[in-house]
Amino acid sequence: MMVGGPPVRPISDKRPWTFHALGALFGLYMLFLYGPMVVIYLLSFQGKNGGVTFPMVGVSTVWFEDIVKPGQMANIPVSFQRSIGLAALVSFITVLFAVAAGLGFRRKFPGSGIVFYMAVASLVMPGLLVGFGIGLGFQCLGLQTSLFTSALGAQLTWTLPFGLFAMFAVVNRFNRAWEEAAADLGASAWQRLRHVTLPILLPGILGVAMGAFTLSYDEYARTTLTIGPKNTLPLELYALISSATSPTLFAIGTLTTFASFLIVGTTLVLVFRLQRRRTLAGLKAG
Amino acid sequence: MDSLYDVELIAVSKRHGATLAVERISLRIPRASYCCLLGPSGCGKTTTLRMIAGHEAITDGDILINGKNVSNLPPVARGTAMMFQSYALFPHLNCLDNVAFSLKMRGIAKKERHETAHEFLGLVQMAEYAARPPAQLSGGQQQRVVLARALIVRPKVLLLDEPLSALDPFLRIKVREELKRLQRELQITFIHVTHSQDEAMAMADVMVVMEDGHIRQAGAPREVFERPVNPFIARFIGGHNVLTEPGGPIAIRADRCRLGATVRMSPAASPWWNIKARRCASPSPPDRGMRSRRWCRMDCFISIPWRPAIPPRSSGRIRMSTI
Repeated sequence: MMVGGPPVRPISDKRPWTFHALGALFGLYMLFLYGPMVVIYLLSFQGKNGGVTFPMVGVSTVWFEDIVKPGQMANIPVSFQRSIGLAALVSFITVLFAVAAGLGFRRKFPGSGIVFYMAVASLVMPGLLVGFGIGLGFQCLGLQTSLFTSALGAQLTWTLPFGLFAMFAVVNRFNRAWEEAAADLGASAWQRLRHVTLPILLPGILGVAMGAFTLSYDEYARTTLTIGPKNTLPLELYALISSATSPTLFAIGTLTTFASFLIVGTTLVLVFRLQRRRTLAGLKAG
Repeated sequence: MDSLYDVELIAVSKRHGATLAVERISLRIPRASYCCLLGPSGCGKTTTLRMIAGHEAITDGDILINGKNVSNLPPVARGTAMMFQSYALFPHLNCLDNVAFSLKMRGIAKKERHETAHEFLGLVQMAEYAARPPAQLSGGQQQRVVLARALIVRPKVLLLDEPLSALDPFLRIKVREELKRLQRELQITFIHVTHSQDEAMAMADVMVVMEDGHIRQAGAPREVFERPVNPFIARFIGGHNVLTEPGGPIAIRADRCRLGATVRMSPAASPWWNIKARRCASPSPPDRGMRSRRWCRMDCFISIPWRPAIPPRSSGRIRMSTI
């Protein structure tokens, strides 16, 4: 017998209209996200006599050649190198501290709450002010701000808490019993870390490293007042945009994106090869 | 050092802040015996096991293994090995390397440790799975690998934390036979934490029933079943009904109830009893064979109309009654 209430929709394989509506929304979002980038990649191949907008006047690579020519763009390659160097160092330091802190936070220790909230606070503080404070501090002490001192510190105020939070998520899925089992099987504290904890956490740790690298690589707000005389790439680009506009900027965008993909791709390949080698080693042993 | 006992607990306590997880328990487990720590959840049995393993510090008391005080020693120095409830197989190592882990930690060369690990995988019939990562094994197979990994350290005492609870009922019975067989063959002590009475009855040489952080009774399973020291044990182990009588509580064994027998209790004390007893003797019993032997399972008769009010902790031994 039927009971009162809303009519029951028969089960069917057809998707409800909401699926298509949400799908369309997602499509728009993707267009908004990647559309501008695609435009930049296209325009970077603008013809010799073309401008910074459509239409394309032929196709050329002249704007790419412009980058390496001596002249206005002379600083781009060297600032790219600086950015990569700084990002690598920031990433390394972030991983070092975030992993240690993430493992440490598994246990409550006196003051752990305060340390945690201090880390949160440094994430929500406006980056420009943090950079301003660090720059001011250096000036008060009579120190010259520079890439691997003040700028490094300023970027770490941003990447360290980020790395810590990412590690919380990574460590959360770590089963304490693995370490206990290792201890039970005679592993010392160092052996546990080396042979159990770090290998199991490795994918997550690589994620933290990549995240920190990216955050540093395109960081502007904290860096701008702490960098000193030699710019990183984002600062250099910003200076260029405000002074001159030509498709060369787009060419730089295309190149740096390509570099980013190269780094991400290399890391992924490394991870996959690591995993495959393990499986293969296992097969041989078996 | 030679001792009659593999494991001795002497007034061991464990305190978590203000709460007492285990209170002054003492226990002696004879050489090469299968010991089951049994009790409802939260009774302190796993804590006790972890204290024996050295994964949890004891607050007070002493733990002796093979006559040696190990209270302050790390797990590896105790001569114990633990099988974790979650198995805790290392996900980044294949079965062989999981089993060989302890040998690797001792710096034994790769070839030698792989040979030994193969041997132990063979012991648990898992040799053909050596190259598989644990994620590609079923629960039962993972458990065998864990067992091999624990046994390879050649422990004097193997500690098993609810080893069968993740298996399906059929496998559970199979594995418990295998565990028992292994224990007999290896001649070492197994301490097995479980909340299943069946498991403990089937496997244990020594059955230790815990409740509320105390050991309520320890002894051979048959003894615990037949002579429970208090109503809790009587109900928990045997599923006995417990009646309060002027002379103290009586446990009624469901497996030994006789059909149509004379009731020894006074009708005034429990008037329903006579009625039930008479009804039992009615001319059409459910099973002829049973009737001829004059034995019958009585639980269906006894448990329906009656709700005993038992003091939660009555002291003294309960009398067993065959009606």
